[in-house]
Amino acid sequence: MKQGIFKIISNVALTDSVMKMVMAGDTSAITAAGQFLNIKLSGLFLRRPISICDYDEKTVTILYKVVGKGTEAMREMVAGDELDVLTGLGNGYDPTLSGERPLLLGGGVGVPPLYRLAKDLVASGKSVSVVLGFNTKDEIFYEAEFRALGADVTVTTVDGSYGTKGFVTDAMAAIDYTYFYTCGPEPMLKAIYRVAKTSGQLSFEERMGCGFGACMGCSCKTVTGNKRICKEGPVLVKEDIIWEK
Amino acid sequence: MGEVNTKVTLCGITLDNPVIPASGTFGYGYEFAELYDINCLGSFSFKGTTKDPRFGNPTPRIAECTAGMINAVGLQNPGVEKVISEELPRLAKCFHKPVMANVSGFSVEDYAYTCERLDKEAQVGWLEVNVSCPNVHGGGMSFGTLPEAAAEVTAAVKRVTTKPVIIKLSPNVTDIVSIAKACEAAGADGISLINTMLGMRIDLRTRKPVIANTMGGFSGSAIFPVAVRMVYQVAHAVKIPVVGMGGVSTAEDVIEMMLAGATAVEVGAANLVDPFASKKIVEDLPRVMTKYKINALSEIIGGVK
Repeated sequence: MKQGIFKIISNVALTDSVMKMVMAGDTSAITAAGQFLNIKLSGLFLRRPISICDYDEKTVTILYKVVGKGTEAMREMVAGDELDVLTGLGNGYDPTLSGERPLLLGGGVGVPPLYRLAKDLVASGKSVSVVLGFNTKDEIFYEAEFRALGADVTVTTVDGSYGTKGFVTDAMAAIDYTYFYTCGPEPMLKAIYRVAKTSGQLSFEERMGCGFGACMGCSCKTVTGNKRICKEGPVLVKEDIIWEK
Repeated sequence: MGEVNTKVTLCGITLDNPVIPASGTFGYGYEFAELYDINCLGSFSFKGTTKDPRFGNPTPRIAECTAGMINAVGLQNPGVEKVISEELPRLAKCFHKPVMANVSGFSVEDYAYTCERLDKEAQVGWLEVNVSCPNVHGGGMSFGTLPEAAAEVTAAVKRVTTKPVIIKLSPNVTDIVSIAKACEAAGADGISLINTMLGMRIDLRTRKPVIANTMGGFSGSAIFPVAVRMVYQVAHAVKIPVVGMGGVSTAEDVIEMMLAGATAVEVGAANLVDPFASKKIVEDLPRVMTKYKINALSEIIGGVK
């Protein structure tokens, strides 16, 4: 983990409620797709954990949904503004278990961390399928970006206004995959867990205090013992999961 | 500056400075030792330890508040045997000073058992006995809300250890002074306060409590004035040293706590927002001491009459 000051390069709307922010700063602590940042915002006590969409040596990109005070404040920020950011948080996805034909399933604001993962898997020569699930056409983002990586992309909408009608699980049956990776709302993760034919990795969300393993605020029980979503997670392997809620 | 003296003596053990990260915000130290050399701290109070392993409460356990946060972790810890066999050896690799062992329990016997086990650990300097956890039922705070019960725990722990016993008190009481005095009379070597204040938040969208356990402990800078007041009241009523905590986030706060009567000062929620908070406070103390013409921190303890 590192603490650093990041300067905003751009902060633009992708949909009515989803924003894309690119920041410049020391990204050396970021080691894997699926990790997250924890951002300090003026006037708010706790930091805001946001998953990383992409990163390089000098910049990090996040896609965030405006849902409350913190993300509302972030939406108002402009190029040149600075943020106090903790980087290198969480375990991230392990791409080495993907097999030749990994399937990536993202739901809504769970889509962003899969972007970097898809990029890494394509770069290592894998045949990557991606299913992006949204409620309706107006909420879709990053479809073209995933296609540009060379992934085989399916979009689902719950209301059928675009792509395949239904949930991401409705698109899974037609895809031949060796392993899956997912991030999205818990009901979606649970549904994928039930129907998946292979092993996989699921990224979880939880209210966090610190984001770096100190407060035990985001603990969960797993087959291999108690884990902190912020530290031993947010990515858990399928066989490790105990559904409690 | 540079010539200021930050040393204080807490129950016979001299600290390089009075800054002590509070239990539950600093784990067993090693997460923070990855970030900086934690030997710059006076000491730290490790994660609340119980006789048996505990997972704690269901999630969500955390809620944002204005100038603070609520937690309802519920004393998650691996149990005293694992703390001794796994956590303390790991702690010893990164921290080379006496550490404060924070202990909680669900019966008088629990407290005594855990303290007796930790009494044999060389690196444990003090036992901080938590009779004030608001997040567990049938234990924790229920021992800290009645003078007789707090005294009973104090006496039971004193019988099984030669290490200094500091009783950590809850602010969620009518008369904290009477409880502090009862602990002193039962043999306590020090008092630490305040634990978190019982709080609650409600999600307007779901119309349900944000915290799965409904209520939790409110901490952070918002509670600092309450903490200063209670430290002042207790420090003026007992002869044993007082460790002040509650919303401390700057070197100025440390000095204010000490003026109110604290011999040492714990830093809690601030560590969770800024992992370097305690280190920054230690480093900033000489500057603030010079600004307020303080040569030795030990001279200002209880300076406000």
